[in-house]
Amino acid sequence: MKRKLKLLLSLFLTFMKIGVVTFGGGYAMIPIIERETAQKHKWIQESDLINVVAISESTPGPIAICAATFIGYEVAGFFGAFFATVGVVLPSFVIIFVISLFLRQFEELKIIKYAFFGIRAGVLALIVKAVISMFKQSPKNIVAYIIMALSFVLVTFFSTNVLVIILSSAVVGLCATLIARKRGKTL
Amino acid sequence: MTYLLLFLEFLKIGAFTFGGGYAMIPFILETVEKNGWMTTQELVDFIAVSESTPGAFAVNISTYVGSEVAGFFGAVVSTLGLILPAFVLILIIARFYNKYKESVIVSGCLMGLKSTVVGLILATLVSISIEVFFANGFSVAVFSTKEFYLSLFVFLISVFLLLYKKLSPIIIIGLSAGLGIIFGYTGLITV
Repeated sequence: MKRKLKLLLSLFLTFMKIGVVTFGGGYAMIPIIERETAQKHKWIQESDLINVVAISESTPGPIAICAATFIGYEVAGFFGAFFATVGVVLPSFVIIFVISLFLRQFEELKIIKYAFFGIRAGVLALIVKAVISMFKQSPKNIVAYIIMALSFVLVTFFSTNVLVIILSSAVVGLCATLIARKRGKTL
Repeated sequence: MTYLLLFLEFLKIGAFTFGGGYAMIPFILETVEKNGWMTTQELVDFIAVSESTPGAFAVNISTYVGSEVAGFFGAVVSTLGLILPAFVLILIIARFYNKYKESVIVSGCLMGLKSTVVGLILATLVSISIEVFFANGFSVAVFSTKEFYLSLFVFLISVFLLLYKKLSPIIIIGLSAGLGIIFGYTGLITV
């Protein structure tokens, strides 16, 4: 019982920490989640992280919420999911609530603007790390490479709807796996 | 009644927005305008604020709109509404994940999804790079601004520390914020 409570507290605090430093959207938080949950606490395996991201992408809602709920559940069931999710949301909730009380002054704060000049470039580095980690954990076969390249090109140059890309990728992945299996091969 | 309306409207946003972040802006805009909660200009201003605070954009805007419309409890019910669909859905998926992850259907779909994740993040990397280095559009003039080289400096040093020195991403965020503040107060950048 005491160990379980300790685990829940640890989940809550870890995801709160993740919530505090998550700038620039979901992908930038992948290296942070990797560091905190896979490498430090060993709650999930590093090779499982890409599954978490893949599932978050194919369900509605921000990646942060999906990842916290999923990892929390894997580690400690329903209450694990609950505390991880509350933890990841709490920092931004408190900060935004306070800001909403004096929005205009916040927008004018010089120090915030300066800090964000740096953070924007730092976030870019985190996304580079995210691409590398996810590529290492991704499937290595010709179908996978084609899906990667096509998703990139369609989003970047043709502004294709992301939901369409996600759905088609799942279908293509499934068909390729079924065909390979029927021929008695693995992809 | 306001609480219920806030809860339901953000529940809807939480349930129907895939891809996260800015893909949901048009939907959010429609909702807040329809209810007279915010004007387009206020929303655009808030996007700038949300970029300078931690957390997912959707969560931030739900908290903000809720607070503006109905105070603290408005913020609570709006945020709750936004995260509830994802929370419930992921709980259900996580419940069955270990049992079915080896099955052909699930592993086949996951094969495709895991591959597209790589492409999608790469696409985000490109679009954010453009935002950081070429915020005012592509032109030769960009290469003669101090801002361009200072951004490049922060980016390269962050990549080096992250990939080769294996420093924690949290330290990277702190460090890049610190560098930005130093640049600002020494007059190197104007923002």
